[in-house]
Amino acid sequence: MEFQPTIISFLCNWCSYTGADLAGTSRMKYAPNVRVIRVMCSGRVDPTFVLSAFQEGADGVLICGCHPGDCHYHEGNYKCLRRYHLLQKYLQQMGVHKDRLRLAWISASEGKQFADLADEMTATVTALGPCKIKEVMETLA
Amino acid sequence: MEAKDKNAKPKIKMAVYWGSACGGCCVSVLDVHEALFDVIAAADLVFWPIALDIKYKDVEAMADQEIDLCLYNGAVRNSENEHIAHLLRKKTKILVAYGSCAHMGGIPGLGNFSNREGIFERIYQTTESTVNPDKIRPQTITKVKEGELTLPEFYNDVRTLDQTVDVDYYMPGCPPQTERLLEVFTAIVTGAELPPKGSVIGAYEKTQCDECKRKKTENKTVKEFKRPIDIVDDGETCFLEQGVICLGPATRGGCGVRCIEGNAPCRGCYGPPADSPDPGAKMMSAIGTMIDSDDEEEIQKIVEQIDDPAGTFYRFSLPGSIIRRKLL
Repeated sequence: MEFQPTIISFLCNWCSYTGADLAGTSRMKYAPNVRVIRVMCSGRVDPTFVLSAFQEGADGVLICGCHPGDCHYHEGNYKCLRRYHLLQKYLQQMGVHKDRLRLAWISASEGKQFADLADEMTATVTALGPCKIKEVMETLA
Repeated sequence: MEAKDKNAKPKIKMAVYWGSACGGCCVSVLDVHEALFDVIAAADLVFWPIALDIKYKDVEAMADQEIDLCLYNGAVRNSENEHIAHLLRKKTKILVAYGSCAHMGGIPGLGNFSNREGIFERIYQTTESTVNPDKIRPQTITKVKEGELTLPEFYNDVRTLDQTVDVDYYMPGCPPQTERLLEVFTAIVTGAELPPKGSVIGAYEKTQCDECKRKKTENKTVKEFKRPIDIVDDGETCFLEQGVICLGPATRGGCGVRCIEGNAPCRGCYGPPADSPDPGAKMMSAIGTMIDSDDEEEIQKIVEQIDDPAGTFYRFSLPGSIIRRKLL
């Protein structure tokens, strides 16, 4: 069987989760590989969450928040953006491919964009193959 | 010899061992100075390679659980470290992971950016001062005419003590502050109630910032991250506010903010505060939000100024972190 990646996504309550919900209520079809965790704000996504997702076996992690300037809490998404770039640099140092972690802005009306993003990221991560983090961390060599 | 005073408390048996360590932890035990007399009045040191000539076979001859307290310092880098960790676990009632290396991997843990082959290749082949045309490498077994010579097996992964054996307590620090050691030692010999198994002892619940006396404001945003060498430190202002990365916000207190008092930023040897599963992630979270920009390109430029996030935020804790080694 073809490799089916597991992608953990953290969606902010106010824009991105509503956007993903719109994709659902509009009966859009998109890859089922993206598993959604709702958070109040993308600024709530602690780097620990991302690392834990990889540790538990995620092949990719997607963070979505409101478009810049639209954050319900004014600047949570900017905080997320700043952390994201630092976390990316760290992950690449640890040998994790940059495409395994992605940050995107999805508004409450962008159901289609969310569905396309889910498909696109699933295709990218499928091409990368399984993430080795879980396996490598579980075995001491 | 039997103690003359029959009411005198029996002495506890204590061991101190170094795994993959620099020796600084053992020296921190010696740093009790004149209190060493109090220590030896209350404890017999039955095994301490830095100071006493007691062999492994002497430890093997001890009964199980005969040692009351063992301070194991150093990471587990090779099969000898691992063997002695198992041996001491068997012979010891209270096993303490003593110091950053046993607690989280410490400086030797940075070996997890590479592996055995990578490290051997560098050390025995490519360093500028190495001439080794025959490509001689250490072997675990070498046959000579007198018999076999053996060396411990060098592992790919540096391990923390608790990745190797069951650990009762963790005492952080590089090395642990000697005052904290005396407090812990006194608690154990006086039979005080000990915290639950698995606790971090000899350190505080709160972070370095809580103890630090430097001037702090609410505003910690910066446009530029600098190395300590790039600033003229006024000796008073919070390092972070001067743009220098200081791991204080994500590091336990207990050391007496030694580095900061010496005008050097905290590097995180005391490990994360309680409830932080990953030492560096919390610090990345804090540092990330300090970046004073909303523009993605500018943010990337500022992040570029942090040359080595993995080595900076996990300097003492790589093997003990979630992604405990580089994927090779």
